[in-house]
Amino acid sequence: MSLNQSGWRPEAPVGDSRGQGAQTATGNRALMLEERLIFEIGSSESCGVDLPAPDPAAPPARLGGLERAAPAGLPGLSEPEAVRHYTRLSRQNYAIDLGLFPLGSCTMKHNPRLNEKVARMPGFADVHPLAPQGAIQGALAVIHELGEWLKALTGMPGVAMSPKAGAHGELCGLLAIRAALDARDDPREVVLVPTSAHGTNPATAAFCGYRVEEIGATADGRVDMTALEARIGPDVAALMITNPNTCGLFERDIHRMAEAIHAAGGFLYCDGANFNAIVGRVRPGDLGVDAMHINLHKTFSTPHGGGGPGSGPVVFSEALAPFAPLPAVRLADGRFHLVEEETQADHGHGQSFGRLAAFHGQMGMFTRALAYILSHGADGLAQVSGDAVLNANYILRCLERELDAPFVASGPCMHEALFSDKGFAEGFSTLDLAKALIDEGFHPMTMYFPLVVHGAMLVEPTETESKAALDQFITALASLARRAREGDPALKSAPHFAPRRRLDETLAARKPRLVWSEE
Amino acid sequence: MRYLPLSDADRGEMLARIGAPSVDALFADVPQSARLTGPVAGLPLHAPELAVERHMSALARQNMVAGEVPFFLGAGAYRHHIPATVDHLIQRGEFLTAYTPYQPEIAQGTLQILFEFQTQVARLFGCDVANASMYDGSTACWEAISMARRITRRTRVQISSGLHPHYLSVIRTMARFTGDAVEAQAPELSAQTDVAALAGAITADTSCVVVQYPDILGRIADLAPLAEAVHAAGALLVAVVTEPVALGAIRSPGEMGADIVVGEGQSLGVGLQFGGPYLGLFATSQKYVRQMPGRLCGETVDAEGKRGFVLTLSTREQHIRREKATSNICTNSGLCALAFSIHMSLLGDKGLSGLARLNHELALKAAERLSRIPGASICNDSFFNEFTLILPGDARAVVRQLSEADGILAGVPLGRLYPDEDALAGGLLVTVTETTQPDDVERLAMALERALA
Repeated sequence: MSLNQSGWRPEAPVGDSRGQGAQTATGNRALMLEERLIFEIGSSESCGVDLPAPDPAAPPARLGGLERAAPAGLPGLSEPEAVRHYTRLSRQNYAIDLGLFPLGSCTMKHNPRLNEKVARMPGFADVHPLAPQGAIQGALAVIHELGEWLKALTGMPGVAMSPKAGAHGELCGLLAIRAALDARDDPREVVLVPTSAHGTNPATAAFCGYRVEEIGATADGRVDMTALEARIGPDVAALMITNPNTCGLFERDIHRMAEAIHAAGGFLYCDGANFNAIVGRVRPGDLGVDAMHINLHKTFSTPHGGGGPGSGPVVFSEALAPFAPLPAVRLADGRFHLVEEETQADHGHGQSFGRLAAFHGQMGMFTRALAYILSHGADGLAQVSGDAVLNANYILRCLERELDAPFVASGPCMHEALFSDKGFAEGFSTLDLAKALIDEGFHPMTMYFPLVVHGAMLVEPTETESKAALDQFITALASLARRAREGDPALKSAPHFAPRRRLDETLAARKPRLVWSEE
Repeated sequence: MRYLPLSDADRGEMLARIGAPSVDALFADVPQSARLTGPVAGLPLHAPELAVERHMSALARQNMVAGEVPFFLGAGAYRHHIPATVDHLIQRGEFLTAYTPYQPEIAQGTLQILFEFQTQVARLFGCDVANASMYDGSTACWEAISMARRITRRTRVQISSGLHPHYLSVIRTMARFTGDAVEAQAPELSAQTDVAALAGAITADTSCVVVQYPDILGRIADLAPLAEAVHAAGALLVAVVTEPVALGAIRSPGEMGADIVVGEGQSLGVGLQFGGPYLGLFATSQKYVRQMPGRLCGETVDAEGKRGFVLTLSTREQHIRREKATSNICTNSGLCALAFSIHMSLLGDKGLSGLARLNHELALKAAERLSRIPGASICNDSFFNEFTLILPGDARAVVRQLSEADGILAGVPLGRLYPDEDALAGGLLVTVTETTQPDDVERLAMALERALA
């Protein structure tokens, strides 16, 4: 039996020219260990949990005659096998704990470990959402305290804590807008979205039954005000903007946008994905925003966890606050109350648009975010946004001669620096540069987004990088930019040193294999 | 500030390189009137780790911890023992602090686990394929209804009275804006579910029938006859599983003909966490793959022919399709899916069936003891680890009294879930898992006897 079950052909040379000819019998390369699937190493009879034997004196089963006839086919692993399996797999991941992760618009900043400790306190982690309210006053206090911080930091009077991620927050904001329009019997059909918006914006608007119309950008990377003002009218329910926008620029005309949409009876929704650029310095409420979601996993450092969970509380203006979803936490007579039903209208929730999820929001994220906020305080949060913007401008200035920076003349960037592939040799793309960045020990930047720039590279360093880390990144990127301009063929086959070479995504989509099966 | 590496000297050097006089000057594009001149007023300033930990500990102490008292709550959130290995492994920084695996060459760890997770969920639910997770069971349930609408091009949704009422509320919220017609009623305190009645109510414009298994009162019904009726009408059967451990003991919804099976995966690996983050599970047939919401991980090969994994079929998703996407979901419950998958790998078939058997045995014994309380009775003929105890008065008052006077979390009163249904006020949902000790049941029984006397 072959030791190598990874599917790798041992006759192929390992790596490229640098590892010429070197082969191993196992397919492993020292610390880079191949790991098979649990279905290939475990069995139905293995188990990493010890359970008591069946009780012969137990009453007869009452399963409605629906006893499972055959096992589901779930392999078990002993505890040491499980620890090794997941530890080995973990080493095939890049992570913020390993190095700079400049994924624009995604905000990969350091995740403080105090927050992990706090979230695991039994008083938070081992509490049931439907326990009597007298038994959960501390949990309600966390939701309330975090909500008060979010309201103060945004200068907005209402907050909904239950949305489970950014896109869910967008949904919450747009449903409140629709509910507010319905309440005044003013059906509108259109939501305006700038071309530079995150894909979730148009998807959310469509999910809520709106027709999406795009508003273009000007040559300086901002919303085209002429086009916007020409389009705004009585059929427009909302304008969904992102500020700072996804080109990394602050929308200077934000007041004009707010006035225009408000004058036409619509609402201004702000995608808060980039709130980390202005937190503690600018309150969206002062900009005329009616609703904004806040990604706690971006601005307030809750871990991304390989794709979630997130948390997307939404702050509301006076006009939208009454339509916020339930449940909500209210402080009255020195006690916290969980308002779950619209019938509890004495709490001012009679116009709520309803419930968004089974329970009360992402408590495990609230505790982490609150610990982060309390650690920084109001002064530290202003320093967070200041350093985030400083780091991005430093990268922009240090690389503007190495890479095309289309909006360098549009003013300072905010928390992210945008570059394009202009000037690369024929046949060389942003993808090639990004994959080569992997070999340099960095996670690639956001590629091909926003859509308004050709071959976009959106670099967000965040405030938790040291100057030394930035300098090393700048050196690496400058070197790769030169190689892309010169057309170094080695870029086309990068990465060379990652656990895998470029993967065949076309094959994956053409013949989808989404679950394991025995051949 | 301990999380910020730049020194003032660094800042000065960097500003000089940028050519800006100050950090404030970098915010020049923000209208002057909206720029704050100092920290946001009325908020505390930065605090050391010890102070923050003390503040949070003080709040944590104001909650009744499930593991420290006799505890019988369920209704969509279940307390199970989570092996120490699970939490240790998910705290590895390479999992915890990774992003969505958009760069597969350096995200094979997350991707392989998603592939394993999808396979585990599909097999558990008896379906062909599963996605890489949704926010929670309730939102997954709504996504299933949306998917059924896309497939059948019909808009009438028939909901079993046994569906968790909070899930129903989420559906009603969304349906108000999408135009789906939702038909649902509150359950009756009876041993019989409404599965047979649902089959009779299907019409030519029914897109799907949604049924929970086991249902909100803990009852277990055979879904096969319902699936047959649903399919005969050209509609889809959506099954909802809020307690996946049950499937270690009873047949899977997929086996009985459900077209889409969604669920709450919190029971395995995730913990109670006061309601979130949880884990939405979503599985269906191969033929509906391209109508599925959410991320999917698929197998492929790299340039050297090695097996590897990537996110795939992304032309369904918002970042490619924008307003034409199957869903607006982006971030899902990745780390919770990892926790679920590790817990499931430690269990395997053997552990899952053993755990399920243990839960059922303990629940049987508890039901037997509680049914002997004068004035109380058990509603269910069938149940897994959760059943409905019928009390003579309003169960809400009893639960409050036991919590405050006896330090017992007695269960979820139906009045909490159905505040407008007086007929259900006597119902108390009692859940018993492997974490429940025999002594806890006796304490609950005696406290109830005192309260009802």
